Parts: sequence; C-alpha cells; structure tokens
Amino acid sequence: MPLLIRVLRDPGIVQGLDGAGWDLLLRQADAANLDACLLVLLEDAGLLDIVPAAPRAHLEWTRVGAAGHARAARYEVRQIGRALDGMGLPLILLKGAAYAMAGLDAGRGRLFSDIDILVPKERLPEVEAALMMHGWITTQHDAYDQRYYRQWMHELPPMQHARRGNSIDVHHAILPETAPVRPDPARLRASARSIQGAPHLATLSPVDMVLHSAVHLFFDGEFDKGLRDLVDLHRLLTQFGKEPGFWDALPTRARELELGRPLFYALRYCPRLLGTVVPPAAQAAVAPEGPNAALLWLMDRLFGRALLPLHASCADAFSDAARFALYVRGNWLRMPPLLLARHLFHKAFLSKKNDTQAA
Amino acid sequence: MLTVGSLSRAELAARLSGDGLVLRTGPFTNRICSDVAPLIDSVALMYADYPVEPVGDFIDFHLELRRSGGLRRWYRSQVHFAYDGTTPFQPLPLAQAYPMLEWTMNWCVSHRAHGYLIIHAAVLEKHGRAIILPAPPGSGKSTLTAALLGHGWRLLSDEMTLVHLDDGSLVPLPRPVSLKNTSIDIIRAFRPDAVLSRPVEETTKGTIAHLKAPAGSIARALEPARPACIVFPRWEAGAAIALDPLPKARAFMQVADNCFNYQVLGARGFAALGRLIDASESYTFRYSSLPEAMALFERLALEAA
Repeated sequence: MPLLIRVLRDPGIVQGLDGAGWDLLLRQADAANLDACLLVLLEDAGLLDIVPAAPRAHLEWTRVGAAGHARAARYEVRQIGRALDGMGLPLILLKGAAYAMAGLDAGRGRLFSDIDILVPKERLPEVEAALMMHGWITTQHDAYDQRYYRQWMHELPPMQHARRGNSIDVHHAILPETAPVRPDPARLRASARSIQGAPHLATLSPVDMVLHSAVHLFFDGEFDKGLRDLVDLHRLLTQFGKEPGFWDALPTRARELELGRPLFYALRYCPRLLGTVVPPAAQAAVAPEGPNAALLWLMDRLFGRALLPLHASCADAFSDAARFALYVRGNWLRMPPLLLARHLFHKAFLSKKNDTQAA
Repeated sequence: MLTVGSLSRAELAARLSGDGLVLRTGPFTNRICSDVAPLIDSVALMYADYPVEPVGDFIDFHLELRRSGGLRRWYRSQVHFAYDGTTPFQPLPLAQAYPMLEWTMNWCVSHRAHGYLIIHAAVLEKHGRAIILPAPPGSGKSTLTAALLGHGWRLLSDEMTLVHLDDGSLVPLPRPVSLKNTSIDIIRAFRPDAVLSRPVEETTKGTIAHLKAPAGSIARALEPARPACIVFPRWEAGAAIALDPLPKARAFMQVADNCFNYQVLGARGFAALGRLIDASESYTFRYSSLPEAMALFERLALEAA
C-alpha cells in the first residue's frame, strides 16, 4: 500500500520517516492533490512539530497556498451569489465548494479548481445570461464542444471569469442526459438544505452529497484525482455517519435515485483503502446492488490501481491499462454506444489538441 | 564540499541520466534528471561552483527534461519538461533545453515557495545594502545586473527577489543571469571576462544567453541581506542619467504588480510588502550609459542618494 495511504489511515507512522520517506510522502500527496489535506491531518494529530525542517517548510507553503485558495473561492461564491441575486433561486453548491462553504470536515484542506452549482434546467438560459452579465464567459469555443455540453451533458460548457480567471460549472443534473441512469434533479433540489449562517447558500442533503460524490468518482472516466475523491467520501461518511438515521437513509435513497451501484463501490473501497468504518447493516443493504463476482473481481483490480496517487512510485505494469479501461468505461456510462463511438472519433481525430500551455 | 565543477563530465552525465543531479540553489535543492547532451554541457559550465547534494534525502523540486522519443528523436527533436511526472508545459525545440531548465527552475519557486513574498526583480548587495530592481521585461534590468556584477556587487538573484515573510530579510537565490538579444553583445563588450552560455536563438523571448553567477555570490548564498533601495530602471537611448524619488504608495503598488504571489499571500503579503517599502528608499532610474550607472549605484551602495 502506498505510503500516503498508510499515513492517511494512521498519521502516527510519520514518526518513523527519514528524509527520503518525507520526500516520497510529500510527492505522493502533491500528485494526489492531497498536500493540504495531509497538512490538516498532521496538525490534527499533533504531529507537525516532529516534521523535519525542509518538509515542514513545504507544508507551510501549502498552508499559505491553501488559505489563498480558500479566500479566492469564498470571494468567488459571493460574486456568483451577487450575479444570481433576485432570480429567486437558492444557490446550491456541489462538491468542493459545498464542503468548504458548509464548513464540513471534507472541506478542510480540500482544494478545488471550479465552483459547481446546481440549477433547474428550465432556468439555465437565465442563469447563463446573468453570469455573462457579470463577466463569466464560455470557455468552449469549438462548435462541437458547445453541442456536446448543451445537447448531451448535465452542465453548461464551463464558464470562466474574464478578469479573475476562476471557473464555474453550471449543472442541471448530476449525470449526463445521455446516461442510462438519470437521478431526478428535482428530488435532489427539493432535499437541499441551506448552510447555517449563510441562508442564501445551500448544499445537497447529507445522503445526496455522499451519493453525488460516489457518482462523480465511480461513474466518471478520469481518475487523476481518484484518491482525493475517495478521501472526500471517507470524510463525508465519517462525519455524517455520526448523525442519527444516516446509515438507514443512505441505501434507501440510493435505490430511489437508482444510484445503488456507485454507493456499493463507495462502501467497498472506502473501508478497504482508507479504513472507513461502515456499519455491517449498511454494507448488507447495498450488497445486492453490486456487480456479479467476475465483474467485481475485475473492478477490484481496476479501481485498486486507479484509486492510488497518480505518481510513478504507485504505478505497476497494469496501472496505465487500468486507467484507460476506466476511461472507456466512464464514457460508456455517459452515452449509448453509437453516440460514444461518434464522440470518441471526434475527440481523437477532429478536435484541436491544446491541453497544455506553452512554457 | 562536492560541487558540479569537481565532478568529471562522465560523472555529471551519469548522475543526470541516472538518479539525478541534486543541485543546491540558495535555500532550495533541485533534483535534475536529463538525457539531453547539450544541457549537460550548459549545466557543467553555468553551475560549476554550486554544491551537489546526495540523492536519497528530502528534495525540494524534482525536475526532468527528456528528449522526445519516436520519430521526433530524429526529426525536429524536442525537449519535454516534467515536474515529478506531471507535464505543465508544452515541449520546446531541443536547442532550448538549457533556457527551459532555467525557466522551469524559476517556475518551481514562484509556484510553490509561499514562505516568501516573491518579486519579479533582480536584487544585488554591496557594503551591506541590498538594492532591488523590479522591472517588466525590456527595461534593462538584467543588463544592469550583469554590469554591476563586474563592479563588486553580490548577486542575490536576477529573476526572483525572495522576501522572507517572518523577518523581512532578502534571501539569496543566486542563479545565472538571463540576457536577451542586444544585451548579450553589450555585456560581452562591457565585461570581457564574463562567462556566457552559448546563445540560443528563436526562443519566445528572442535570443537568450545566460551569464554565469559570480563564485563569491554562490559561496554566500546562505547569507541574507537587508533591503536598502528599490530602483525601477529604464534604459533609454541617449537619455541623461536621472534618479528620481518615488512616493512610497506608488512604489508599493508598482512592486505589488511585479509580485508572483502577492495575491496568494493575502494579509501576510500586504504586511511583508509594507515592511519592505518602509525599510527602503524607492526611485525611478533612467539611463543610457552603463559606466554612469555604475558610478551612481556605487553612491547608492555607500549611502542614501
């Protein structure tokens, strides 16, 4: 098991690390986008003072960077609130922004590059126009990409603020229009609850937050931040698991929203990798939602690799293949086969490639 | 102390293409892995006086510069940069490997080392007085720096001024000085003793050559300095030399504009910059003649102008 995961399970083991050990730990944390999370973990465990000077300096740099990030995110959320003020919509935040603004454990040391919000589909044009009036512009200028998002996806093409450069993803659902499973967004919005002390902001309900996080991780094709997303799930489950009724409500709600399968995976891999405590009754309740034994054997091998930090020290001969297989699966789960074939063809041969910036 | 210069060419190449060469630059350690032959020559020349540290301890930055594989290995070969496995930049033509190493080493510091307020500025010291030269590209900052290094000034940095957040001291990061286009010949003429890397043409910044940092500055890399002046230089053909005081409020805003991480640091950045401005006299400086500029900086080194 990679060092980072062993430390996430038991921070105390850092006491045995030498210089090379700290080097490896911080590199794995950096690659997994969990460096600020590691800082919080070590601080909570009272272990910061035993960290040698050089890695300690890196952790302090991380603290500064994370604080700057959190400040910018809070500002951005306020600006989005201003842009949408007067539309009579609660500002429902999703994922990282929701965890941070609601002050959840999952938000501590959790960095996020975009702010995700959920609005009713019929209000999308209004929301998009309001955001444009306040300086956000669409980032996908390719006609195919525009169509991809608007016709098939569950969100508008990402919008970026012209001056500040921050991005916002406006969702109207948590899975694409083309996916075989489409949890009713109206039910998610109906259960949303406002954030204490910030009545104009809202998050999904605790069970829905867990389900959305699970869908996001286990139905998606990109696993570069797989471990980070699993840590989100671990922290959500650990915090909400203490609330009465949570573990009974979770499997029931998953069935209602047709999200039993991603919940099954969440309750399988969180305990396996991160030692999350899940009551046996909850495990039993989702057991029927799992895949057959042969598929499960395969998924264990795929997720077992893709959920590790994306770092050379965590890779084996099958890591790239596992990530590729899950990429194909992620797309498979988003679209029917014919549409998928067409989409991948377009992406592979017709789209301009410009993923990285010039040095 | 083991330095790059004390390694044979073969040993240096073996480290770079093996577990990596761990270079100490100021407060940082950089593990560099590369199989690009011309890069090895440039590192041997420009970093001869720098300490080499062992692999297998904690390292600040892990950099890798590799030559393209496949067809590109033979046709229009490129150099690819990776930061511990991630590739934040597009590859560049192979001839630009050494400038790319310098740029990516800068990037590592400016994107991560938030224990400092990092100003895009040169900083030099003489007689215990450090002078900061913030300036947008094209203002003649590096030319002035390269010239001053031949007149007894100590190089703290040509590209990044590191202001320690806790005590306001200026932390040296002496590295090669980047000269562009006509500056290269100007410095060759002004300082015939200067050691320059082979000029690389057609980079995004034009023709680039690096000037080797003085051995004395590298030896004193762990010795911080106190700020005395902030000087905004501007080279202008035929202009009479002029040093004009700059009000503190304007100096503050102009330095803030030239910071890499002022926004990230928030209130701590504001406090650090405020302290720096309070501790320094600020000037705008216009010049056309390097010898005149040398004489004026000598006065700045001795006392307030």
